Amino acid sequence: MSSVNTAHSVVEPSRTSKRIAATIVIAYAVITMIPLVWIVLTSFKSPPDSISYPPKIVFQPTLEGYCNLFTTRTRQTPEYITSLGAPTSTCDEITRSRNMVIAGPSNYWPRFQNSLVIAFGSTFLAVSLGTLAAYGFSRFKVPLAEDLLFFILSTRMMPPIAVAIPIYLMYRQLGLSDTALGMILLYTAVNVSLAVWLLKGFIDEIPREYEEAAMIDGYTRMQAFFKVVLPQATTGIAATAIFCLIFAWNEYAFAVLLTSGAAQTAPPFIPTIIGEGGQDWPAVAAGTTIFVVPILVFTILLRKQLLRGITFGAVRK
Amino acid sequence: MAEIRIENLRKEFGAFSAVEDSSFVVRDGEFLALLGPSGCGKTTTLRMIAGLELPTSGKIFLGGEDVTFNRARERDIAFVFQLFALYPHMNVRKNIAFPLLAQGVAKAEIRARVEETAKLLQIDHILDRSVSGLAGGDRQRVALGRAIVRRPKCFLMDEPLGTLDAEFRDLMVRELRELHNRIRATTVYVTHDQLEAMAMADKIAVMNHGIIEQFGTPQEIYNRPATMYVADFIGSPPMNFLRFTAGLQKGARSVVVDGVDISVPEIHLDLAESEFALGVRPEDISFSDVSPLRGAVFGSEYHGTNQIVAVEMGKGLVKARVPADQNFRIGETVGLELNYDRLSLFDCTSGRAVPSSRYAEHHHG
Repeated sequence: MSSVNTAHSVVEPSRTSKRIAATIVIAYAVITMIPLVWIVLTSFKSPPDSISYPPKIVFQPTLEGYCNLFTTRTRQTPEYITSLGAPTSTCDEITRSRNMVIAGPSNYWPRFQNSLVIAFGSTFLAVSLGTLAAYGFSRFKVPLAEDLLFFILSTRMMPPIAVAIPIYLMYRQLGLSDTALGMILLYTAVNVSLAVWLLKGFIDEIPREYEEAAMIDGYTRMQAFFKVVLPQATTGIAATAIFCLIFAWNEYAFAVLLTSGAAQTAPPFIPTIIGEGGQDWPAVAAGTTIFVVPILVFTILLRKQLLRGITFGAVRK
Repeated sequence: MAEIRIENLRKEFGAFSAVEDSSFVVRDGEFLALLGPSGCGKTTTLRMIAGLELPTSGKIFLGGEDVTFNRARERDIAFVFQLFALYPHMNVRKNIAFPLLAQGVAKAEIRARVEETAKLLQIDHILDRSVSGLAGGDRQRVALGRAIVRRPKCFLMDEPLGTLDAEFRDLMVRELRELHNRIRATTVYVTHDQLEAMAMADKIAVMNHGIIEQFGTPQEIYNRPATMYVADFIGSPPMNFLRFTAGLQKGARSVVVDGVDISVPEIHLDLAESEFALGVRPEDISFSDVSPLRGAVFGSEYHGTNQIVAVEMGKGLVKARVPADQNFRIGETVGLELNYDRLSLFDCTSGRAVPSSRYAEHHHG
C-alpha cells in the first residue's frame, strides 16, 4: 500500500490535468461563442420572435431578416398586393405576408463592397510597406533607427480617434472625404506602425545567411529579398495581415465621421438598418452575420500560418 | 579555379580592428585553413574574400583580378555557411540549382549539372526531398552541392562542420578532403578546430587578435611554430615552455635552464640577456634516470596507446607523452630527457621564435 507509483512521466501532463485544461478551454470557447451564436440565431428569427420575452431558443427559422437586409420595402394595401399575381421569390412572398412590396435593393451590398475594398486595400498597403520598412530596419544601419522605430510606434500611443477632427478637416480640404482612397490611406497609416513592429520581429528571426547565400549565388539584394526572405516571412506576413485586416474591417469611429455615402463601410451602415420601420433586429443580425464571414474565411485560410506564427521561435532551430 | 591573393587586408569595426594587415596567397587548387579561436578575425577575413564585408584597406585578388570592392555576386565564388543556409522553402534539387538559375543556365543543363553534382556527393536519391527533414550530414552535402554545381573560382567555408556531432565530423573531414582531391578547387576553410585544419589543409594560417601568427604547411606549423601563441594553440596537450633568463650567443648549441645545460639546435643570432622559453612538444620528452633535469610526477592521463604524464618542475607543469606501459608513482622524482634537435626557442618579450638551425631552412618572414 505504501508502494510509490513511478509509472507516470515527469514531463507529460497527467490525465487529470489534461482533463482540467480541456474543460477550461471548452468553457472559454463556449462563453466567447455565445454572442456569435445568438447573432446567427437572431438573423433567422422573425421580428416578433426576435423581441419575444423570454427569448426563444426554439423557433420557426425564416429568411425575413436577410430579405429585409438586402431590400427596401413599401407598405401597400392587401388589395393592391393580391392584384400583383404570384410572388417571384421567397423574399417577395415573405414581404407580401407583411403587407409590403419590395421597392428596390438596400445599400447593404454596396456598403459591404466598400468594406472589402477598403479593408483589403489598406491591409495590402500596410503589410507591403511594413515588410519593406521592417526589412530595412532589420538589415541595414539606418541612421537614428531606434528613434525612428519609437516614432513609428508612438503613433499608436494615443487612440486614433484623438486626431479625428484634424483628419476630418484635412480630408475635406484634400477632397478625400467619403472616398475609398481616403479610407485606405487612413487605415494604412494606422496599421503600418503595427506592421513594421510585428514584421521586424519576424524578419530579425530569419538568419542573414540566407540572403548572403543568395547574393553569393549570383542574386541582387532585391532578388534575394523576394526569392529567399519573403517566402520565409510568410507566417509573419500572414499574422500581420490578419491583425491589420481585423482593425480595418471593424473600424467604426473614423468610418462614421469620414464616410456617409459613396465610400461608407458596413460598420456605420449596419446600425442604420434598425431605424427603417420598427426595430428590425433580424435584419441587423443578418447584416452582422454576413459581415463576420470574410474575417472568418480569411482566418481559417491562414490558420496554419497563424499557428506557426505563434510558435515561431520554438520551431526554428 | 583561381589563385587568391590577399594584400595588407585590414578591417575595422569602429574602434575595434578585427583584421590587421593580413597578407597571404592561396595557390590555385590549394586548401587553406584559417585557424584560430573565436573572435580572431578568421571569419571576417573569409567574409571579405566573399564580398560580404568590405575591407577598411588592403586588396583582394581572385585569379589576378582585383575584386576588393566587387559585389559578392560578381566574384564567382561559393560559400558554405556554418548553418548551411539551405533555403527551407525549396527542395534539395531547387537548392542546388539556385545559383545556376541566377546565371541563366538552360533548364536541361541545370538538370544535368544538378544530377551530376548530386551523384558526386552521393545525394542523388534525396534530390526531391524537402531540406527541412534532412540529417546533418545530408544538409552538409546539399550545401556543398550548391557550392560545387556552379564551378566557381574558389570555395569559402565558414566552420561547416561546427554543428555536426564528433563522430560524424570525422567522416565529413575525410569526405571534404576526398572531394577536394577530386575537384582541386581553391578552398579557404575557417575553423577553430586544429585537428580539422591539420587533417584537411595544404596550408594553415593561424590567426590571433586579427593577426596571422603563422602561415605554412601543417607540418611547419606543428614542428616549427613561429610564435609562442602558435606553439601553445596547436597540439594537444600544447607545447611545453621551460622559461629561463639568459643572453644567447650566435653559434651556441646549448642553453642553461635552472642550472642544467640543455643541448639545442644551433642558435643563429646574438641576443642580449632577457627572458626566453625553451619549447618542447610532449612527445619529444622521455624519462631517464641519469638526466639532470628533474621533477616530481604530478599525475598521468591514460590514452590507450600512450599516456600524458605531468611533471612538476618547480616553475610549472611539463607534460610528456610516453608509452602507456611505464608506471609512475605520484610524487616520484624523475629525470627528463629532451629530444634536443626538435626543440624551439622563443623570445618571451616578442613571443617570436629565435632563429636557429632548426628554423633556418624553413624560415618564413
